This record gives sequence, structure tokens and C-alpha cells, in this order.
Amino acid sequence: MSTATYSLAGSQAVCYHCGEPCEADSLVYDDKPFCCAGCKTVYELLAGNDLSCYYDLNAKPGTAQKAGRSRVRYDWLDDRQAASKLIQYTDDEIAIASFKIPTIHCSSCIYLLENVYRIQPAIVRSQVDFVHKTLRLTFRKKDISLRQAVELIASLGYEPQLTLNDLEAKTTSSSNRSYYLKIGVAFFAFGNIMLLSFPEYLGIDALSETPLRRFFGYLNFLLSLPVILYSAREFFQSAYGALRQRSTNMDIPIALGMIVMFLRSSYDIFMLQGAGYMDTLASLTLLMLIGRLFQNKTYATLAFDRDYKSYFPVAVTVSRDGHEASIPLSGLTIGDEIIVRNEELIPADSILLAGEAMIDYSFVTGESVPVPKKAGDMIYAGGKQTGSTISMTVAKDVSHSYLTQLWNDDAFKGAEEPGTISLANQVSRYFTPAVLLIAIAAGAYWARTDMHRAMNAFTAVLIITCPCALALSAPFTLGNAIRILAKYGVYLKNTAVIEKITTIRSIIFDKTGTLTDKNGRHISYAGDKLSFEEQIYVASLTYHSSHPLSRKVYQYLSEVPTMLVSDFREVQGQGVEGLVEKHMVRVGSATFAGGQAADTDRPQASGVHISIDGIYRGRYDIRNEYRTGLNGLIQTLRSHFDLYVLSGDNDREKENLRQIIPADHLMFDQQPADKLRFIKQLQEQHTGKVMMIGDGLNDAGALRQSDVGLVVSDDTNNFSPACDAIIDARRFEGIDHLISYAGDAMHIIKASYGISLLYNMAGMYLAVQGDMSPLVAAVLMPISSITIISFSTFLSWIAARRRHLIKPFAAKS
Amino acid sequence: MSVLFVLISACLLMALVFLLAFVWSVKQGQYDDDYTPAVRILFDDTTRSDSSNKTNPEQ
Repeated sequence: MSTATYSLAGSQAVCYHCGEPCEADSLVYDDKPFCCAGCKTVYELLAGNDLSCYYDLNAKPGTAQKAGRSRVRYDWLDDRQAASKLIQYTDDEIAIASFKIPTIHCSSCIYLLENVYRIQPAIVRSQVDFVHKTLRLTFRKKDISLRQAVELIASLGYEPQLTLNDLEAKTTSSSNRSYYLKIGVAFFAFGNIMLLSFPEYLGIDALSETPLRRFFGYLNFLLSLPVILYSAREFFQSAYGALRQRSTNMDIPIALGMIVMFLRSSYDIFMLQGAGYMDTLASLTLLMLIGRLFQNKTYATLAFDRDYKSYFPVAVTVSRDGHEASIPLSGLTIGDEIIVRNEELIPADSILLAGEAMIDYSFVTGESVPVPKKAGDMIYAGGKQTGSTISMTVAKDVSHSYLTQLWNDDAFKGAEEPGTISLANQVSRYFTPAVLLIAIAAGAYWARTDMHRAMNAFTAVLIITCPCALALSAPFTLGNAIRILAKYGVYLKNTAVIEKITTIRSIIFDKTGTLTDKNGRHISYAGDKLSFEEQIYVASLTYHSSHPLSRKVYQYLSEVPTMLVSDFREVQGQGVEGLVEKHMVRVGSATFAGGQAADTDRPQASGVHISIDGIYRGRYDIRNEYRTGLNGLIQTLRSHFDLYVLSGDNDREKENLRQIIPADHLMFDQQPADKLRFIKQLQEQHTGKVMMIGDGLNDAGALRQSDVGLVVSDDTNNFSPACDAIIDARRFEGIDHLISYAGDAMHIIKASYGISLLYNMAGMYLAVQGDMSPLVAAVLMPISSITIISFSTFLSWIAARRRHLIKPFAAKS
Repeated sequence: MSVLFVLISACLLMALVFLLAFVWSVKQGQYDDDYTPAVRILFDDTTRSDSSNKTNPEQ
């Protein structure tokens, strides 16, 4: 399929709006080709409102309207309670609402969304935040409702992301703000203290007699107060927290060094009219805060903590006393009668009352062929209705439904550990006592002769060994690594994931959507050759069917034109039939088309059988297509890791998979809870840490239970279940590079630990002698920090090149 | 030399004003989105010229 569309794009016109290739009977408007009516409508709307600048800023900026356009209903926004979750401010005149719009991707989007007032004058003001992909909309309440405003935005191709998760979690102001403030204060103090310490650096003795020197000292003390009390507060808090839990972390020696530095400097300034180490204190705090900020890279557009609420609808249609009403999902109770339309998700375990249900459970099990259900059948939450509208009675609460129960498992209860790496904590376990011992030894040595010198030596050791460089090596190596990986197409939740990746011993794959490509299915035809006319008949018929397999056949035949079909009939779970040019065409299962014998010889493929005028002609075999590079990836990983495949699907692919993975490591018909349990068992057998690679909600439990949960995503704008990392599906074959790069990063950190320890020893040599001047500290500390920063940044970049992680995406084909 | 006391105090106060301005701007959220304002300023306000073009022929 992929090659077919690609060659089409070369020869045929592409849509002026979205850049998708246009089909043979494409629409032309204003001399511009459009791939579908949706794109054309958007163009007409924009051109009619002087907004065609949208197309001048970027070529083909639109989002494709043709496929995947879910008919989202916004009726529920009329519900006051539901709407209040979106509206941030309201008075008699106006209301301000803000929503997340994942499709915002270029300057054209900003232009259009900020100019919607030209289309709808009732919108007073709209403001885009590109980084967070949010739109803030101010509109006049009298003229349009929130629902109308949202529908307008959605009709332009910018569908807001309105899920329970997004609504419940009120926008938290980004934690970076507090880092900006802390860094600003530290930088202010650092610059001024440096300036006031200048005479000391230059050794200008002329000042020593004057009150100026004392004045400078007092000013330095004042300037350092906000640094120690505000900017450096988190280091003290973290050290205190670790001490209370009787554990060690890197912040303990840092906090110790800072306190000693501050006390010793205050003593110097007030008692001895000395200069103190305030400049070192400020520069240290500044550098370490920058390290924290650098490490604290977050992806505003990605969420790593999604649960089922992100997937579930915000509102459901309920039938009460013969009236249909849209109510928020949280208001749903057992016994309610709900109405589920085509493409809508079933929010809770329910019993079918009426209607023809074809439930697509791909969400829950990974099996993509819809299952027919009869009235009275239990339908589990998470299934998606395809076809006509159905009504059913809710049998279980939303949170106690079969699928959502997974989130009640213990795996989801434990608090997430913060993103600190354990290597640093291990080092500090030895580092802190060693430094204290040396400081005490040096103090004791001088105490026999010179008490003042003893104090000097003791404090100087603690100051000079304040492990600033040590503490910076991990943030800069890992911070740089996650940026390089993000460019490559792998998004990590935090830097600690890198260390966790290096401890992995087993890797578990999900099958559908992970090993296989959801979109790319391999289609081949077997049977009597179909003439071009006959292909037209099949294409015409499948064009009208919504069954995924029929759609695949239609896509496969997308180059042949279609004709009018009469007497079209769809038999649930069987197939479709209809008259095309007076020929009776049947497309569907083997029994439906009349070719029973043919189905047995290739059980691993889903077959779409064709009969024309009652004569069986052949079948289209549709096989799951494995991702490119899968074989190579498995070959590389197999020698280092235990590989398993857990599939929610049946075992028709077993033969194929056995060639690359041992049969006893292949598990089929695995429910979401089974996957979770399997990983728990594996972890209890002490076979090392486990990495789970999955894609959908059905892997959510396993992803959470595993030590590293990696999600393969075809579109990173889409929701992914809670995980530690998201990998772009195009980079699937790079998973082994990711693992080896994580190892490289840890080696780089160890090497830079070595370097900073050397610096510490050199400084210690001066410090134990008891007459180290503040100038030495002021020079040595920044130099060691900058060496470490450049060393780790440079090496992590070199390593990334060696692992082929720095390369652009190949053209999407 | 005593003028230095006054000068340095004045300089520090001035620097403090800038620090407060920075704090204000961070709290305002001016650093939350570092991309959109840069793009927004480059958009031409085309409506006015377009609408004047449209009204001209009528006159």
C-alpha cells in the first residue's frame, strides 16, 4: 500500500490544503486540487474570509480531512457542568476557555487560529501557545455557545483534545517557572558578588585599610542571603529528606559544602574582614540550578501518565424517559440506558438491548476484526461500535469495568519514584563519609599546633570538595542524551529512564501494533485472475462497506475507478453483496462467498473471498505486516536479552513468529491482566529487569508493571498509555541503538565522575594545608564544572553519532 | 573614595529593579511560550488592505 500511494504522489496532484495525494476523481476549486470535500470546505471557508494567507505561510499546512476524521459530537458541551471544566473565566459578557489542540504544528496554524474572529465575529480574541499546543479563546456568550466555538475550531481541522484526563487535571503552571526565578536570583547575586570581589581577585591592597573593604564584605553577605535561603533551598530540602529516610544522595555533600561555605564566609566577613567564599557559593548554586533545569526537560505535548480516562469519552448519550441527553461520564450509574453511535467507545461494561453491534476490541485485545454481538450479550468497556447505533444498559461502574479494573491493580498504586539516578546515590554513599574523614583528619592534624589553621583546613576541605562538578555530570550527560534521542524520535519521561534501560535483561513485545504495523497490511490475491472490469466490481462493492478488511481491499484497489452499486446488502459478520452492472458480486467470508475449502490452507491470513455471479473466483489474503527491520532488530537483541512476545490476538501468526523467537516464549490470547501478571512473574524469578514494548491500552498494565515501559507510536500526537518512553514507529528498528546508547551515557557519567574526583583531590591537596585562599576556590570550582559540562556534552554527542542516532527521518513512505 | 558608597548602593538598587522586573515577567508567564510571540509579530494584518481594496471599486 505504501509504495502505491508514494508513486501516486509523484505523478498525481496533491491536495492544496493538506498535501495528501488526490485520487483520480479529485475535486478542483479555484484551480486548486483537493483530496476530499472536507479539505475543500476548509479552503472555501478560509478564502471567503480573507484568510488565504494560511496557505502562503506554509505549503499545504492543513490536516487531512479525508481519513480518520472522527465524527466527534460536542453536544455535551451544552451541559453546564461539563462546560464549566473548560471555561476558565466568565462574566455577564464574555467567557474564556482554553483547550489543547494536538494538531497545531506550524506558523500557519497560529495564523489561522488567531484570526478565527474573522470567520466568527463573536470570538473576541484567540491566542495560541505553540509550545504547549493550547488555544485560549475569548468569546461573547450571548452570540455563541462554547459548543459552537469548539465546533468551529474543529471544522477547521483543529479538533480540541477533550478527554477526562485533560479536564480533570487543571493546568498546572510549569515547574520551570520556579527554576527561572531561582536562576535569575542566583545570577543576580553571582554577578554582583563577583564585581564586589574584584579587588580581592586583583589583590588590591589599597582597599584593605579603608572601610570600603568592610562595606563590600557586608554587601556580599546581603547578596548571598537570597541565594542560600531561596535559590539553593531545594538542595537542602532534598538532603534533609534523604537523611530523614536514612539514605544518601548527591545533595547531602552539596548541602554540607554550601552550609560550611556560608558559615565560614560569614565568619570571615564579620570577624576578620576577609572576603569569604560567597562568589563560589553563588556560582555553584547557579551552575547546579542550570544543570537541574537542563535535566528537567519535559515534553509539553507528550504525556507519560495517561490512563483509560484519556481514551474514554467525556460524555455519553443517555436515554431517560424517552429523551436523549448527554451527560458527563462521571454521572453514569448502573442501570442507565446508553446510546452508542458508530465509532463511539463503550464506556462501561453493558448489556446490549437493541441494534446491530459490531464491536471492535482492538483497544482491549489488539484484535482488529470486529466481533458481532446479539441483544442480551455482555459488551465490555473499551470496545468500539462500528456500524449502526445501538442501545444498551450499563451493568458495571466505569471504574469497575473489565478493562478499567486493570488500573486498580497494585502496579498502579505505588508512587512513581522521582527521576534520580541510583549511580549518583551510590557514589555519594562513599563520597560523603570520605570527605568528612579527610576534613576531620586535616583539622586534627593542625589542631595540635594552630587552632585557627585547623578550622581553616577543616572548612576548606568541605568547601573545595563540594561535589558541584560531580553533581553536574549526570544532568548534562543525560539531559543532552534525552535531547538527542528526542530529535531521533525517542521521547523519555525523565533522565532516570536511561539508567533503567541499562539494567534490562528481558524484553517483551506486544504483537499487534508493536511488531506489526497497524496501517500496513500485506495484501495478495490468490485464485482466478480478475479482469479489470471485475476489479472495478470488487472495488465498487468494498467502497460501501465499513468492515476493516473490506476497506483494506478497497485501498489495495484504489487505482481502479468505482461504479454504482444497486441492491447493496451487508450481512453482519459475513460480508457484502450487491449488483454492479447486472453482475451479482459477493465479497466476504469463505462460506459467504462459497469457497469453503480454500480457507484451510493458509490459516495465518485473514481472507476476503470473492464470488461473481455465484462463481467463486478467489480471495485476497490480508496478513499483518511486520515492521521493517524487525528481523534485524530481533537478531541483534537476541544475543543479549531474553525475548518474549505477548499477544492479545489468536495464534494464527505463530508459525511466522517462531522463526525469530523460540516457541515457548510466544504467548497468545493474553488479556491485559495476563500480560501484567506475566511480567510480575518474570520479575519475581529474578531474571533481571524487564522492558515491555507495547502500543495500546491493552498493554497499559504490563507497561506500568515493567521496569521500562516503551510505547511504539505511529503518531506521537496520539494518546499513549502511561509509560516511561515513547518511540516513533519509524524508529522501531533503532531500539537496539537506544539500548546501547543508554549504556554509553552511563559510561560517560562514570568517566566524568573520575575527572571531577581528580579535581577534588587536587583541591583537597591545597585545602588540607590550611591556608587556601578563597581565590583558589573561586577559580577551581567553575573550571572543574565547565570541564565536566563540556566533556559530558561532547562525549554524549560523539556516542550518539557512533550509534547512528543523529540522522534525519527518511522521507515517509 | 567615599562617593563609591553612594554609587555602588545606587547601582545595586538599579540592578534590584531589573531583578524585580525579571521576577514580574516570569510570574506573568512571559517565559512559558517562547515560540508563538516571535511568529505572531511577523503576520501581516492583511484584512485592512484587502477590505479597502474591496470598497474602493464601489466608490
